[in-house]
Amino acid sequence: MATAESVDTVTTVQTASTLDLGAAPHMARPGQRARNLRKAGAYLILAALSLIILFPIWMTLVRALSAPLPYISAGQPVYPIQIEWDIFSRAFSRGDMGRHLMISAVMTLIIAGAQLATSILAAYAFAFLRFPLKNVIFAAFIATLMLPIEVTLIPNTETIRSLGWLNSFQGLTVPFLATAIGTFLIRQGFMGVHKDLRDAARLDGFGNLAFLWRVAIPVTKPVIASFAVISFLAAWNQYLWPRTITTENSMATVQIILRPLAAAAINEINIGTAAALIAALPILILLIIFQRQLVRGLTAGAVKG
Amino acid sequence: MNRNGRLREALTAYALLAPSLVVFGVFFFYALYRLVILGMNQQNRTGTAQRWVGFDQFTEVLGGEEFRSGLWISIQYVLWTVPAGLILGVLLAVAAHRQLKGIRFFQTVFASTVATSVAVASVIFFVLLNPVVGYFGEVPFINLADPDSAIRGVAVSSVWQNLGLTFIIVLAGLQAIPDELLEAATVDGYGPIRRFFKVTLPLLSPTMLFLVVVLTVFALQAFAQVDILTQGGPAGSTETLVFKIFRLGQEPVNVGRGAVMAIGLFFVTLVVALGQFTLLNRRVHYGDR
Repeated sequence: MATAESVDTVTTVQTASTLDLGAAPHMARPGQRARNLRKAGAYLILAALSLIILFPIWMTLVRALSAPLPYISAGQPVYPIQIEWDIFSRAFSRGDMGRHLMISAVMTLIIAGAQLATSILAAYAFAFLRFPLKNVIFAAFIATLMLPIEVTLIPNTETIRSLGWLNSFQGLTVPFLATAIGTFLIRQGFMGVHKDLRDAARLDGFGNLAFLWRVAIPVTKPVIASFAVISFLAAWNQYLWPRTITTENSMATVQIILRPLAAAAINEINIGTAAALIAALPILILLIIFQRQLVRGLTAGAVKG
Repeated sequence: MNRNGRLREALTAYALLAPSLVVFGVFFFYALYRLVILGMNQQNRTGTAQRWVGFDQFTEVLGGEEFRSGLWISIQYVLWTVPAGLILGVLLAVAAHRQLKGIRFFQTVFASTVATSVAVASVIFFVLLNPVVGYFGEVPFINLADPDSAIRGVAVSSVWQNLGLTFIIVLAGLQAIPDELLEAATVDGYGPIRRFFKVTLPLLSPTMLFLVVVLTVFALQAFAQVDILTQGGPAGSTETLVFKIFRLGQEPVNVGRGAVMAIGLFFVTLVVALGQFTLLNRRVHYGDR
């Protein structure tokens, strides 16, 4: 059976790589042959581990391309059967993917843009200005981190409903126009702005706005860019909130439309899988472009030093 | 600075903070207040009227069978996703942390699941694990049609989706370890396995602590996986706390009960995250800096 085979692969992977744990670059080893053997072993392990990641994606592609019923009666092989090349355009029109991708894009741009703006402004106040109740307000920002959307889901849905914002861009975006995480990240960046720079700017007669725009933001660009990527990604991937407040499919984001498409009849299961691949594509392309910012953003706070 | 200047500085600060504070005020603090109020009221069937029941509803819901089963399912979800995800992530990172021709290709592959949203990953596994037509539909340990194993099937999807993130963070942690330390250990006669457990892993412990807490919080908040893969079934065996909150929130008569459950989730998350942090922090090696 095909499943037993892949379970086997997984076990071999694990035993093989435990032998090699902790191998570091630049380890001198005697003998060219031993080194070559080690190299070959390393590639073998890497290839096997890649299967864990790639196999589910490959099978999704196979499933999307294959005619559903012939594929099932052929015993679900690991290669496509009766390839239907037009499946992506069919899924695109069938799922009205253009519309839902557009809704996702607009929602994401509003949220990420607004989060960037509100976070930069708030971070500036915390980093450079003195004012009464600073600690209290800072604590209030921290407190918001303890209230994820899962906890506030019910009352926020009530608020959005009473504002008449169900199935609207306001409903999708307004609760997320500010974020404490962004504020803290950018504040941290601002605090790194050298004091000499601030003094020089003040001597040059820079007001707060000029200092923010011409000194603080340019100097902290890497941090701001990382946060922008994270914020964009988080907004694009949202599920629970849009699922709750888009009660009609017409305002569903692309993430939300995938479930009904995938749960359709078995002879249309290729539509749902193709739709999932279409939904993944734009973000994959963006991440390839913004890889560096993403990695920096994701590892912020995780690694010391 | 004179008084006037100080006042202006304060006013500027408040103006800069105002946009964030308005959003937080409505969608966090007012929401928290409404959450407690809703939790103290019992709604009628259409949600048009409510009756004050006070903290009785808290004791009833939080002590009740439904909350307990949701909590237990959420805890199982944590137990099936966090250790497996962490071990696999470390495995990938250790394997990909070396100088080798083409290593960048493998690193990109390992990191690639960050590009999949939770919905996309769930659809991928919805098809893969589908009891009728899934390639892995009949594997017993992760069978979505069996109430005893469905939660593990849902967990597989989470583990896979989070691998990219775990890999990126562990790899960054490994890259921060100076090569000289590992070379010194080798000179001292440490084999690869002892070197990993005695040198690499202790130096990696702050990263691991961070990941344990983050992955646990992710698991406690998981929703899309359940919504797409099982809809809470079979027989309610995958109804995590968040899924129950979502479902109760959809039923006007149960909004108050859902609100109480959300408060329960809040405290569970808080206690688990703080507990892990203090427990594990004692064993974390932060270095001399």
